[in-house]
This record gives sequence, structure tokens and C-alpha cells, in this order.
Amino acid sequence: AGKEPTTSGEGRERQANPAALGLVPRADPVDSGSHFAPLLGLTDPGFSDCPDLKMSRVTTALGGSVLTGRTMHCHLDAPANAISVCRDAAQVVVAGRSIFKIYAIEEEQFVEKLNLRVGRKPSLNLSCADVVWHQMDENLLATAATNGVVVTWNLGRPSRNKQDQLFTEHKRTVNKVCFHPTEAHVLLSGSQDGFMKCFDLRRKDSVSTFSGEATEAGQDGKPWEWVMTGWVPVLPVLSCCVLRLHPSFAHGRMQDAECGANGACEDTLCGCSLGPLCVTPFHSQSESVRDVQFSIRDYFTFASTFENGNVQLWDIRRPDRCERMFTAHNGPVFCCDWHPEDRGWLATGGRDKMVKVWDMTTHRAKEMHCVQTIASVARVKWRPECRHHLATCSMMVDHNIYVWDVRRPFVPAAMFEEHRDVTTGIAWRHPHDPSFLLSGSKDSSLCQHLFRDASQPVERANPEGLCYGLFGDLAFAAKESLVAAESGRKPYTGDRRHPIFFKRKLDPAEPFAGLASSALSVFETEPGGGAMRWFVDTAERYALAGRPLAELCDHNAKVARELGRNQVAQTWTMLRTIYCSPGLLPTANLSHSVGKGGSCGLQLMNSFNLKDMAPGLGSETRLDRSKGDARSDTVLLDSSATLITNEDNEETEGSDVPADYLLGDVEGEDDELYLLDPEHTHPEEPECVLPQEAFPLRHEIVDTPPGPEHLQDKADSPHVSGSEADVASLAPVDSSFSLLSVSHALYDSRLPPDFFSVLVRDMLHFYAEQGDVQMAVSVLIVLGERVRKDIDEQTQEHWYTSYIDLLQRFRLWNVSNEVVKLSTSRAVSCLNQASTTLHVNCSHCKRPMSSRGWVCDRCHRCASMCAVCHHVVKGLFVWCQGCSHGGHLQHIMKWLEGSSHCPAGCGHLCEYS
Amino acid sequence: MAEGENEVRWDGLCSRDSTTRETALENIRQTILRKTEYLRSLKETPLRPSDRLSNIESSDGLNKLLAHLLMLSKRCPFKDVREKSEFILKILRVKQPVDMPPRRLVLSKQIVYEDAQMHALFADSFAALGRLDNITLVMVFHPQYLESFLKTQHYLLQMDGPLPLHYRHYIGIMAAARHQCSYLVNLHVNDFLHVGGDPKWLNGLENAPQKLQNLGELNKVLAHRPWLITKEHIEGLLKAEEHSWSLAELVHAVVLLTHYHSLASFTFGCGISPEIHCDGGHTFRPPSVSNYCICDITNGNHSVDEMHVNSAENVSVSDSFFEVEALMEKMRQLQECRDEEEASQEEMASRFEIEKRESMFVFSSDDEEVTPARDISRHFEDTSYGYKDFSRHGMHVPTFRVQDYCWEDHGYSLVNRLYPDVGQLIDEKFHIAYNLTYNTMAMHKDVDTSMLRRAIWNYIHCMFGIRYDDYDYGEINQLLDRSFKVYIKTVVCTPEKVTKRMYDSFWRQFKHSEKVHVNLLLIEARMQAELLYALRAITRYMT
Repeated sequence: AGKEPTTSGEGRERQANPAALGLVPRADPVDSGSHFAPLLGLTDPGFSDCPDLKMSRVTTALGGSVLTGRTMHCHLDAPANAISVCRDAAQVVVAGRSIFKIYAIEEEQFVEKLNLRVGRKPSLNLSCADVVWHQMDENLLATAATNGVVVTWNLGRPSRNKQDQLFTEHKRTVNKVCFHPTEAHVLLSGSQDGFMKCFDLRRKDSVSTFSGEATEAGQDGKPWEWVMTGWVPVLPVLSCCVLRLHPSFAHGRMQDAECGANGACEDTLCGCSLGPLCVTPFHSQSESVRDVQFSIRDYFTFASTFENGNVQLWDIRRPDRCERMFTAHNGPVFCCDWHPEDRGWLATGGRDKMVKVWDMTTHRAKEMHCVQTIASVARVKWRPECRHHLATCSMMVDHNIYVWDVRRPFVPAAMFEEHRDVTTGIAWRHPHDPSFLLSGSKDSSLCQHLFRDASQPVERANPEGLCYGLFGDLAFAAKESLVAAESGRKPYTGDRRHPIFFKRKLDPAEPFAGLASSALSVFETEPGGGAMRWFVDTAERYALAGRPLAELCDHNAKVARELGRNQVAQTWTMLRTIYCSPGLLPTANLSHSVGKGGSCGLQLMNSFNLKDMAPGLGSETRLDRSKGDARSDTVLLDSSATLITNEDNEETEGSDVPADYLLGDVEGEDDELYLLDPEHTHPEEPECVLPQEAFPLRHEIVDTPPGPEHLQDKADSPHVSGSEADVASLAPVDSSFSLLSVSHALYDSRLPPDFFSVLVRDMLHFYAEQGDVQMAVSVLIVLGERVRKDIDEQTQEHWYTSYIDLLQRFRLWNVSNEVVKLSTSRAVSCLNQASTTLHVNCSHCKRPMSSRGWVCDRCHRCASMCAVCHHVVKGLFVWCQGCSHGGHLQHIMKWLEGSSHCPAGCGHLCEYS
Repeated sequence: MAEGENEVRWDGLCSRDSTTRETALENIRQTILRKTEYLRSLKETPLRPSDRLSNIESSDGLNKLLAHLLMLSKRCPFKDVREKSEFILKILRVKQPVDMPPRRLVLSKQIVYEDAQMHALFADSFAALGRLDNITLVMVFHPQYLESFLKTQHYLLQMDGPLPLHYRHYIGIMAAARHQCSYLVNLHVNDFLHVGGDPKWLNGLENAPQKLQNLGELNKVLAHRPWLITKEHIEGLLKAEEHSWSLAELVHAVVLLTHYHSLASFTFGCGISPEIHCDGGHTFRPPSVSNYCICDITNGNHSVDEMHVNSAENVSVSDSFFEVEALMEKMRQLQECRDEEEASQEEMASRFEIEKRESMFVFSSDDEEVTPARDISRHFEDTSYGYKDFSRHGMHVPTFRVQDYCWEDHGYSLVNRLYPDVGQLIDEKFHIAYNLTYNTMAMHKDVDTSMLRRAIWNYIHCMFGIRYDDYDYGEINQLLDRSFKVYIKTVVCTPEKVTKRMYDSFWRQFKHSEKVHVNLLLIEARMQAELLYALRAITRYMT
């Protein structure tokens, strides 16, 4: 039955398991629709490992009874510290500082059954840090009190006070008590004082004491006698083993040894002292014990966890030393739990927010799984019947209970969010039923959680991941279903620069084959397709400031064209046309005669076009030229069209159509036309060595802002608005008119900059969205105030930062710095204001130059002398990193043309790169 | 004379590179020479050195320089710097400060830099701060602790954190001022200005930003009655519109506040004198008779010191010898009897109450009112607000149970979550302080002192109303005698009232290093107590 459901539907699965467990399938309307089934075990390989064996045992354990219930909670009177479930799965005990009650778990609610906290004056013995219910005996409970007392309770006592025995051997708070899973009378406790004690409930004091200080080997020369506080072999089984395995530990001998060591034997039972306390070793920085747990599968073994991060494994028969010790966590280990099925699996949880699963069967404890939670782990409990599931709750900050699949350590399989304060105790209701979880919390409530009501963070998780590799590879992971749905499409068809390899790799270790299998796609860049060359060239060669706008545009257009990016080149040309018509020149120019300005602009325009004509394209010259002009027309017309519709209805028709046509035309024609002349590359102009260096530009930057402001002022003046009216009347002339006349008319009208701004803005956005943020930023810088106001600050900043990021990835530091300097965005321009201190050493005495200026105040010589001209270099100083001689950039360059030796005569073969 | 040229840069001295230090020193030398020349030319008449030195007060700048140099000549862990600065001072014919008032024995004693570990620690500290303060010098009795302490302090003040640097120093000033600890205030005023803090703030809290002013209340309560902190305090700080604190900032601030409150305790508890280069820390004049004695912590001189104390108080040596013996005997008894005589639960509970109640009668008999120095009082408001006994306090404040909220489980997690790594550092510091032992008591060796340490620790927490369920508070009465309790209580609650007499009168046979050890316990326990209350309030706010 257990194997079958793996592929079946949810409903069937839910029914199949309870049936196998010997349960009556319950009618549960919510059930089938829930997302419970896959988590329960559909995808869990461990679940169907050995169904027959498991099922038979379960049947006996449950004894045919049925576990039913719903998610519910009840209010307690006080915060709970721990809870424990009776083996009949129908009662739960809640213990805390001021609460100690037994509740019956009924179908619909918790019912208080018994209050064990009796007596008028509540004693500290009742202030419980931990509670445990014996798994063999329904009447037996044990509590650990904060004052160090271990108390056992017998529910079978007829009186109101059920307190049975009191062990006051621990000196500090007892953190944990634990019954032996199969032995009826064996109780283990772990305390803050660093000791673990094993009690036999038929005796008044502990049987043996284990010290957390004990090292694995026990060979560090420390006296062990104080560890033994009186060995009396009461447990028949245990003592037999002791005698058989370790004859030297026979009772009599131990007694002798102890008595001899202490000389003070007063114990009535064995003649032994309770412990040689007076010789407590002074190295007793014994670490506090935080948890003790008997192994479920190994009769004699128990594990203990410590505040210093250690975990120890003990043999109950060997109190002198632990079997094994290892450091499990960084910081205290708050809890541990043995796996109910897998022998030797131990889960530990610590303050370092980790849950680790260890395999103890091997020679060295091996960490098998590690789950990273978001807060320190207070409790951990394996989920019954689910091999890889465990529940955790946290000690601080986080109030939820998580159920993890340890093979999937990043997202909890399920989450219970009922509590309003930290959860302090969790327990699975029945050792063979995986769907009921009980929990107690500091918020004074007791909860029963049903697994099917749990929320599943997986559902809310973002199932896609995207990452760029070092060499431009792109990896993309998504839910398989998502990818499968799109499998018909070829991924990434849009980008021609990244023709694609589609690689799919499925992790075989992925445990959730059905639930969360994901596909990983890797897109590789075309080998050798250094497709970004144009970017670097453009960035290096663009001029962004320092010259008149017209020149900048011309220059940039030329650069773009030489790199074969014609659309960009056209854009620059158009920008030049738009913004450099003399009418628009700021301030001083405005007073000049309009006519003259117009012709000027035209001349420039023409010469530009002619100059840029490819020589061998005679037949297309006209076309080309017209296109160039038409482009500018288009721009004008397009925007004017809107203007016209507002103001001049009658002439709308004529202007609209051609404008549209031209726009479409330009897009297609563009490439075709210019791709014809790949040889159309001018030899690169010899560039100045540091043309982009920002120093000389400083004045420009400072001076720029005032200019555009004037421009704006003028734009608002009535004079300009008058010209706007002109435009309205003139605009409708469409492309059928002679180009010259169009140009004339337009320039004469001196269109205001605002007129184009919408269009330019759209253009910038277009480029930015195309991925060419370089263009957007370059235009933004070149045009400065002319367009800045039309684009909101955030977008600008976004562009700037993206561009700067790109530049820096290509190591174009100079360019990026220039861009930073030229940007007007405050957030961007402060980028190069950080860590600007430059420490300079004197080139003679090699001591730091502490005072400002050019004279070293130690050797009283000028520090930065040019090795060629022997003058102080104030400005760009280039020096050899080998001999630290150098000088004016120009001088050194000149010098190195003739000689490869250092100009200072030091004999060093200098290298300047 | 241009001001720029006279600026002396000390930072070069903090370098570990000896040539760098040499350069820096040379610079300093030249500046000082220039300055003295300048002064001399001003006065025109050649003066006798002593005259000149007495008149030099007029030139504040030079005086400061010389003081700093003096500090270096005594304190710098680098030998070259020490020698050189001494040499400079000699050139100037500054009288060697051997003749400083005896109360500052710590300062006049040349520190021996033989111990490699010690030296490394000093070098670290010096490199980080550019000085070696007196606190470090006293704590070096316990190098293991000192290392952790310096690491933590460095992280709190200089490393990444939610608060800007000048805020951190200002909070330090606020906290120290609460206890009128002029030593710490002066130290941090310097640092505050050094990191670019606004000097205006130093005129009083009301000149600081509203955000810091809001912190004043928390500072006050935390310093004197931490048990009164509620989540409303926290809420008030976190929800103050534009002046609100973020949780991370608040945790940083709380850690700083508690750190400086307890450090103030240490300063008074050990009688740390002003820094050599700060006001009152040095003199170039022949020693005058000074009655303002706190106490001296000098290992080498302690026997002499002790003799003096003993003779002064007419306590015979044998008497104080018996004290130790008695204490040891009590510890032995306690250890043996613990299991025999089992106190009932009621008794245990009442013992805590008794101890709590008794702690409030423990107070120094001398009621001399210490009036805070002017310049310090302006850093805090509401001077009347002071420590009030936990138990005497009017309204009923429930006992704080460590088992419900302790540092290891809860406090650590919260701090580490909001201010990463600091939880770890503080945790280490607590651990080291709590577990530190040399297994000696006065002249006895191989003694397990854990019981005594625990008694001290728990007694302090008891004064703050923090109870350990698993502790028998009767032990405190057995182990801590009255004069010791007076000292503890004064140091922890009203450190400004500590006198040298108190320091001397407890544990007379014990070494100074052991008394410093006690102080370390005191300050860490106090810090933890304050932190626990503050963090619990934050936790309550968060849930």
C-alpha cells in the first residue's frame, strides 16, 4: 500500500496511508483540496522504504485507535517552558515557571485535566524548565526545576499532590530531563552546572554522574574520583553489563577507591560519601549542559550538548569518560534529537542559527545536512514517519515553527504561524503520526497544529533565479513547469549578440522531483564575440564637454559613424541641427540678425552632409542627403503635428501622413544605406594621451550651468513664443517641398528648445530601453540643461549609475570619472568625492610630504621636479613606478621617443605605458 | 605664523613602521621648536626655564603639545618614540615629570614592556587610538580580559555600525557624564572633536540633535534604575517621526551606554587619574601637596602602599591575614555543607529578599556630597535622578528571573541579530570576565575561587533585582563582608562616591591586581544587568 501512492492523486494518497496505518479514513472535506499530500510523503523516498515492517509496528502502537482533531489552541494562564505528550497521544503536559498542568486533547478543544501545581506557597521546585512524560508508563512524569531540583511525579498517587521524588543533587538550573525510552526507571538530567546525572527512580540519589568536562580520552591527568558520587549498581541490566564489560568497575572496588580518596563515607546505603566535594577541581569551568537525549536505537547511548558548542556521546555504563566528543556548533547547542528510525542520526540545533544532522555510525561524526534558520534554534524534533523531516522552533525573535526537509535546507517545507511569542516547546502528538504537532509558547497558549493547515513558504517563494557569469554567460533557473511551457519558444531570440547555447542540467540530488524540480538554463556568449568593442570605442572617443555643442555633436556623430552605428550618428546630427540653430544659441546670439543665423545654419548643415557622403555613392548622394534632412524634418514635423492639431485644424492632414511615413522609412533605410560602405572608416585621429582627463575640463563644468539658465529664460520670453506662432503656420510644409526651403523656413522661425524636448526625451528613453544607456547619458551630458528638466531625476540617476557601472566594468576609469564629474545628479556626482586623499612622498627623501605645497619640508627641496626641464611640475605628473622619476607629461613623452633610459640619469630603463 | 604649519600630526606615530614614526616625530620636533622660538621672540627677554614654563600657560597650544609629548615619552609602546619624545622634552629643558604628585603613581611609573603579549596589546591599542589610556594600563593586570575589552571597544567605536562616529562618542560622553566621570568625558570630548563632531553639542544635551536628546531619558534610567525600563521607553525612541531611532541604532546605542556606564564604574572603582595629556593629568611644576587621593594601582609599589594603609588605619597585619583565612574557611564550609543542610524553598526565596533588602542599607557612611565639575554637569540633565534601591522603590517591580531571560540565550541572539558580531564580542567579554581566575587568593595558591566570583556576580545582579533561581543567596552573606559590600554597591550604583578609603578597606590582604579583578567582575556584571533590562524591553516591544 505504501508504494503505490507515489503517482496517485492526492485524494488517494491521503487515504492510502491511514489505511495502512490501521486508521479509519476520516471524512475530511478540506483534505483533498489541500496541498498537503505532496509534503506528506508523495515525494519522500524515505516514506516507502520498508512499508511492511513499519506498518505492522504502527498498527500495534496505535492499537487501532484513531487520531483526530483540528488546528486549535487554548489559553494557558502563564507562559509555557516545555510540553510533553503522553504515550496515548491523548494528553499533554505543559510546564512553565508558574504553570504545570495536564490537558486532554479532544476533538475540538483542549480540556484541562489536572493541575499539578498544588500547595499554597508555590515553591521554586515547581518552576519548571523542562518536563518529560515517560513513554512506557502513563503515570510517570519528570520535571526539571530552575533551581536545580529534579522532580518525578506519579499520577497514580491517590492524593492531590502527585509529587513522587525529589532529587536535589544539581547545583544549578537543570535544563533537561530525559527518560530512558525502554527502561522504566532510568532518568537522565543535564544541568547548568556542567553535570549530567543518571537516576534510578527506585533509589533516592543518582546512580552515576557524567561531567561535561570529561574529555574523550580522559587522559589529561585530572582526578576522576569526584565525578563518581557513589556507584551502586541497582539496575540489573546495567550493573550486569558493567560487571561483565568492566570488571575493574565492580562495586566493591569503586567503593574502596572512593573511600580511600575521601576518607569521609557517610552514606547510609553504600557506605560511600555522596561525593568528595571538598576536592572539587579548580579547573571546573565545566560547560553547562543544554540537552540530554537517550538514543532510541542504542540501549546504552545518550547524547549531550553543551554551551560551548560541543556534543558528547556517552555510554551510560562508563561515567568516567565520554565515548565521543566533537564540536557541532559555534556557540551553545541548545537541543538535539535522535532520529526515530535511522540509527545514529542526531539532529542538533544551536545559537548559531543552524540545525545540523550528524551521522554517528561512522568513525568520525559526519555532518550530513545543515539547515540555516533565521534565529537561534531552541528545539528540534524529527517528524515521525518522514525520514528527512524535522520541526524546529526558535528561542528569540522568530515565533514560528518550521518543518524542514533537511535535504532542502533553504526553504522550510511547512510553517506554523499561530504563536504570538516565541515557541518554547514542540512535540509530535504521536510517535507514528506525522500530521499532528503540539506546541507551547511564551504567549501562554497551547496549540495543536495540523499539517494540512500549515502554510508553505515554497509557494510564496520566487521560483526563478538569474545570474551573470564572469565571462558574460547567463544562467537562468526556473520551475520546470514554467520552462516546459515555453519550451516551444527559443529562448533569447531577441538579442543577436548572444546567439545561444541552451543547456539544461538537472540536479540528480534534487529530492523534490515532482514538487519543485527546476530547470537550469545557461546561455553562453558567442566565443570571440567581443560584441562590446563598439561600446569601449565609443566611450573613449566621444566628446562630452569642453567644446561648443555643434562641435560636440559633429564629433560624436563622426565617431558613431566610424564605428558603423549609423542610427546613433544620425541622432547626433539631428541633435546638432535641432539645438544649434543660431536662433537657439543662448543669450548673446539671440540679438544677432535672424536671417544671417539661418543661412549660417544651413551652410553648416549642407557642408556636413556633403562631407560625410561616401565618395563612391554618387547615385545615392541625393537620397542620402535628403534623408539626412528629412530626418530633421521628421523630427520637426512630428512634434509640430501635435501642435497643429491643437491650433490649426485645417492643415493637419498634410503634415501628419508624411511625418509618419518618414519615421518608418528612416528606421529601415538607415542600416541598408550605410552598411554599403564598410570601408567608410577614417583613420583614427592621433589622440592626445589623456584626452579624457578631467582636470582641464573643470572650468567648463563649473561654468556650464549658468548658460542654460539664460536659455531657459529666453525660451519663456514673449519673443520666442512669437516664433512659435510662426512655426505653427510654417510647419505644414511637408517633404514634397524643396529641402532648402524647408530648412530655411524652420531655422528662420527659431523653434524654441521646448518644442523638441518631448521628442528628444522619447528618443533618450528609446535608447535607454534598447540597452544603449551610453547614448542616453552622452546626449544628456552634451545637451545639458536643454533636456535635463524634461527627464525626471530618478531616471537620470538610474542612467548615470548604469552607465558608470558599465564603464567601470570595462575599466574605463577616466571616462567614468568624467561622466561622474559632468553629471548634475547629486547622488552621482558625489561618487568621486569619497576617499580622495592622495598621499605623496618626497621623491628625494622618500618621506611623506606632510605640508601642502611643492617643497618637501624635510630636505627643503622641491619635491616634484620634472626630470627633463627641472622645473616643478604643477599639474599632470607622470612618473616611472620603477625609479619614481618623472616629470611633465609632454616632456617625458618627448624624451622617451629618443631614449628608453630614465631622464634623471639613474640608469633605470623606464617604462611608461 | 601660519596656523597650518603649526598643526602637529600625531597619526604618523601610530604606524607600525618605524621610519614613518621617525618622520612624524621629526615633524613634531620641528614644529615645537618653531613654536618655542616664536614664543621666545614674543617675549624677547630670555627667561629662566622655570619661569618660562610657568608662563607658558599663556600659550595653550604649545602646552598641549608638550603634554602630549610627555604622554608619549611615558606611554608609547614603541621605544623609539619614547626616547625621542623624551629627548625633545629635554631640549626644551622641561622638568621631568618624575616629581608628579604621588597619587598618580601609575603615571610616573615606567611601564615595562617586557611581556610580549602585553606589548602586542599595547601596540594594538596605541595604533588604534593613538594613545594608551590609563584604563588600559590598569586593565593590563589581566591581559586576557584586556584583549577582549579592547577588541570590543574598538569595534563599538570605530568599526562598521549603524551609528555615525561622532554619535558614538557623544553617547559615550552622555553615559559617562551620568556618573560625573570627568575622566571619560574628557577623553571622549577629544575623540568627538577629532572625528568631526560639532563643538556646539558639547555645551549641553539641549544643543545636540533631538534624536540624541530623546536618548537622554533612556540613559538616565539605564544608569540608575534599569529595572524601570519598559517597552514604552523603547517605543518612544523608535516612533518619534523624523527623530526616531532604528532598532539597529538603538541596540548600538544601548550597548554603548551600558559600556560607558560600567566603564565609569571601573574608572572610579580603580581611581583612574586623568590622562597625562588632559587637564589635571600632568604638571610641570614641582609637586604640591594634594589631598585629592583616590587610590593607586601599582603592582610594584603595593607593598609599600599597604604598609601605609595599614599603619594609617591601625590594623595589624595579622588581623587582615585572618580575614583571608576566614574567607577561605567559609568557602570550604559552604562547599561541604551545601548538601547536608538543605534549606527549604521558602527559606531560599526569602534569602533573596533579605539580601535584596540588606543591600539597600549597605551604603557608605560618609555622606559627602560630590558636586560635579561644571563642565561635566552640562552634559546631563536632571541631576537629582540617581540610584534608588531596587527594593525600596515605591512601586512594585517584579523580580527579573534570569531563567526567563538570560544573556546567553536571549540577549545574545537579539544583539547579534540587530548589530552583527557585537553579540559575539560582548559574549566573549562576559565569559572571560566571569571565568577569569588565577586560582589564587591573596597569598594562597590553588584556590577554587568560582564560588566567590559567583557570589560577587550574583550580588550585583541582586542589587538590580535580577534573581537566579538556582542560587542560594545565603552564600553572599557568608562570603562578602560588610566593607566589601559597601565597596561593591558604591562602585556599581554610585561610582562617583567611591573613595580611596573604601578601596583600601576591603580585602586588605589582597593584591591590587585582585582588586582590579574584582572591579572587572563588577563592571561586567553591571553591564550585563543593564543590558538584560534594556534588551528585554526591546524584545517586549518587538513581540
